[in-house]
Amino acid sequence: MQRRSLIKAFTLSASIAAMGMSWTVQAAETIKVGILHSLSGTMAISETSLKDMALMTIDEINAKGGVLGKKLEPVVVDPASNWPLFAERGRQLLTQDKVAVTFGCWTSVSRKSVLPVYEELNGLLFYPVQYEGEEMSPNVFYTGAAPNQQAIPAVEYLMSEDGGAAKRFFLLGTDYVYPRTTNKILRAFLHSKGVADKDIEEVYTPFGHADYQTIVANIKKFSQGGKTAVVSTVNGDSNVPFYRELANQGLKATDVPVVAFSVGEEELRGIDTKPLVGHLAAWNYFQSVENPVNEKFVADWKAYAKAKGLPNANTAVTNDPMEATYVGIHMWAQAVEKAGTTDVDKVREAMAGQEFDAPSGFKLTMDKSNHHLHKPVMIGEIQDDGQFSVVWETDSPIRAQPWSPFIEGNDKKPDHPVKSN
Amino acid sequence: MRVLLSRIILLTLPFLASLPAYAGDAADFVAASSGEQARLLEAWAATPDATRVPLLKALQENRLGGDDNDVPFYEKGDAFVGAEGNAQPAGTPRKVRLNNRLRNLISAAMATHQLYSDVAADRLTAARELQRKAQPEQMALLETRLAVEQDDEVGQALTLALANLQLSDADPAVRLNAVRLLGETGQPQARNRLQNLLDDAAETNPAVRTAANTGIVQIDRKLLIGDVLGQAFSGLSLGSILLLAALGLAITFGLLGVINMAHGEMLMLGAYSTYVVQTLFQRYAPDALAFYPIVALPVAFIVTACIGMALERTVIRFLYGRPLETLLATWGISLILIQLVRVVFGAQNVEVGNPSWLSGGVQVLPNLVLPWNRMIIIGFALFVVALTWLLLNKTRLGLNVRAVTQNRNMAACCGVPTGRIDMMAFGLGSGIAGLGGVALSQVGNVGPDLGQSYIIDSFLVVVLGGVGQLAGSISAAFGLGIANKILEPQIGAVLGKILILALIILFIQKRPQGLFALKGRVID
Repeated sequence: MQRRSLIKAFTLSASIAAMGMSWTVQAAETIKVGILHSLSGTMAISETSLKDMALMTIDEINAKGGVLGKKLEPVVVDPASNWPLFAERGRQLLTQDKVAVTFGCWTSVSRKSVLPVYEELNGLLFYPVQYEGEEMSPNVFYTGAAPNQQAIPAVEYLMSEDGGAAKRFFLLGTDYVYPRTTNKILRAFLHSKGVADKDIEEVYTPFGHADYQTIVANIKKFSQGGKTAVVSTVNGDSNVPFYRELANQGLKATDVPVVAFSVGEEELRGIDTKPLVGHLAAWNYFQSVENPVNEKFVADWKAYAKAKGLPNANTAVTNDPMEATYVGIHMWAQAVEKAGTTDVDKVREAMAGQEFDAPSGFKLTMDKSNHHLHKPVMIGEIQDDGQFSVVWETDSPIRAQPWSPFIEGNDKKPDHPVKSN
Repeated sequence: MRVLLSRIILLTLPFLASLPAYAGDAADFVAASSGEQARLLEAWAATPDATRVPLLKALQENRLGGDDNDVPFYEKGDAFVGAEGNAQPAGTPRKVRLNNRLRNLISAAMATHQLYSDVAADRLTAARELQRKAQPEQMALLETRLAVEQDDEVGQALTLALANLQLSDADPAVRLNAVRLLGETGQPQARNRLQNLLDDAAETNPAVRTAANTGIVQIDRKLLIGDVLGQAFSGLSLGSILLLAALGLAITFGLLGVINMAHGEMLMLGAYSTYVVQTLFQRYAPDALAFYPIVALPVAFIVTACIGMALERTVIRFLYGRPLETLLATWGISLILIQLVRVVFGAQNVEVGNPSWLSGGVQVLPNLVLPWNRMIIIGFALFVVALTWLLLNKTRLGLNVRAVTQNRNMAACCGVPTGRIDMMAFGLGSGIAGLGGVALSQVGNVGPDLGQSYIIDSFLVVVLGGVGQLAGSISAAFGLGIANKILEPQIGAVLGKILILALIILFIQKRPQGLFALKGRVID
């Protein structure tokens, strides 16, 4: 079975290569698609694979004849983990390359940086990563999770009997908008569950922070006061030294579990995961999910990585933002087919209610009004092979609440996108 | 149709007949839901049974699986063997999924079973485990084991485990005794239990409350020692990393006076050399993989020293005495090197693993663990400093380097080949930076931008310490490391970094020559 799907994947990629050759001939009839991910700098660990996943999905769509009878032509730019450069590259994609849609960004600060550009020039951005909410732009579709689709269920799990019945929470994050807002929401949520301020500790580190000695020592000290869990919103390659320090200082998952919102299969490739077994991550998809769509997705990706000679292709893995990228591109293509044009305003209308059978094993729906996907929530435990085993999941996809009810004043915000300026 | 039916019956018959034989503990566990599994483990912990030890061991090592009919199997190498009886698996057995709650219960159950072990060391670990995990239901068990325990050390550990449970005893005298015992141990987890007794509602006896208070003071004192030592250690560790990053620059910038912006890239190349050596070991000598960092040291030194010498010969030599042009040229070189590495190895970080002797740590005090990789790096930093000092002060090359840097013309007059010495000294500085890169690869990430994050810190250390002085760089590195680690817990990592930079600006304003000023003739 596996071999057969692998063969299928190979023939698929072979036909993709054949398609690639014909591109140059009909270059005039392509639809340009922008890809805006950091290929260097501190975020490259996470974002590079999204670029490759986007290219694979585009190849897949082209192999089936493209969109509106035209082939998609990817335009890849590298904003180099430099937030202002995101805005610059975004503007270049819209004005110079005239792309129909852009798939990109990981950190919220990069999304905030390009947002004014996309609103000014009426571009279309698909954002594939879990984020803090508090935003709903008519020019962005959010295919990652809002806090109620990731952070809050994760903390609820930690408080449950199976999750270890944690009483104290150590909120550790990188110092920028996503961790700060998420932790603000979590603090309000924990208050509503009767957790006092003295049982919540909030700590931030700069991007690219590499020395976690003091922080791990503090986590240890904090955990003496009762059953503790760490909620980590550490982003990028800082995770490697953080987990290494945890292991070296002997802090085990059975004593103090760490649940991470930005650590997936891709990030774990840089670490020896044996000392990390039992630590958790909350996502809407894991590579280990068992269903036919996912089996094909993973096999296609592995074959693609081999065929393209990506670095470390033999250990290629899929993760949640990659799945969100894949779903986003397919939904956009469906919406364009439905609208019959790539015009941003028409595509935006056609996006409402789009459905797609996602590798997570659920039929995901784009919400009719709020530009967010309905997503299932899963909690996975790190295994010694760098994969996650799902220990808890929701029965059905949940609707996103980008305006979290745990932040004051959000009840007055409209449930449809409004330009931010 | 009938044939088929009878065949099915025939096939399932032997299984049905043998079913009762499988209904052991392992079979119960495999068939149970996660909640039932937790209850099973609690029950087992209260009633230890020696025959259950292999099962618990398999659970601890995550080797228990069940086949399609929930018949239990142990994983042994690649094969599965029947856990109870010699069954053949129906389908491939799937491992039983555990979560953290079950893992905790498994180790508690294992501990009560190990109390019956014949080996004193096993009983000791078990008793220590129970100090943290014992439940009230296990009290009777602990009492009976304590009564028959021969070994003093195990006896003490058991007494403490029991004391934790006795805190909620009905008899005040028993409680008082338990509180006193726990207070003397100085164990951090006891502090929280004693803290709960301070409340009037929880503890009615005033004598016990006072004892609990004294106990907390005792524990706090012991914890404080651990805290202070821990902070000092992390300061030293950060200092040693800064020192390793800056030592090469102390030579190329400090002694030679070259504003070497490509210094960070020498660190990066050192780290990538480690990566290449690791990859070669993985491919050609996987058995000796643990020793790859040792082989990586000379490789990194030679690679970076050669690159450094080549740079000196081709670029920097023509720019002596023109600091601004040197700055621009070396910065350009650093960009070229970064891009080169990106092209060769890719823009993503590469994986450099800690060998087992560099992983884990030693428990020194109840609240202090010293990680091996950090201890070894502190030692390594001191070793590199000693080596550099010996090279500069005890060898002919060092003598020539010092002569050239102090007075180039006079040295040339005395027959010192100044050109060659410049090249050798630059190579030495770069090589030492390469050694630093090997060490950095063991604590942080290895990527093309690695040098960028250390170059500022390196310049800070050298300028703060006083240009041209090794001793200055050493004291500046450790000073910065310790100051950083004292500030970080108080005001956070982000503000701490800002404050350190502000303090350095003030210091340089007051004392531009740095901590240690070079006396006599300075480099031209």
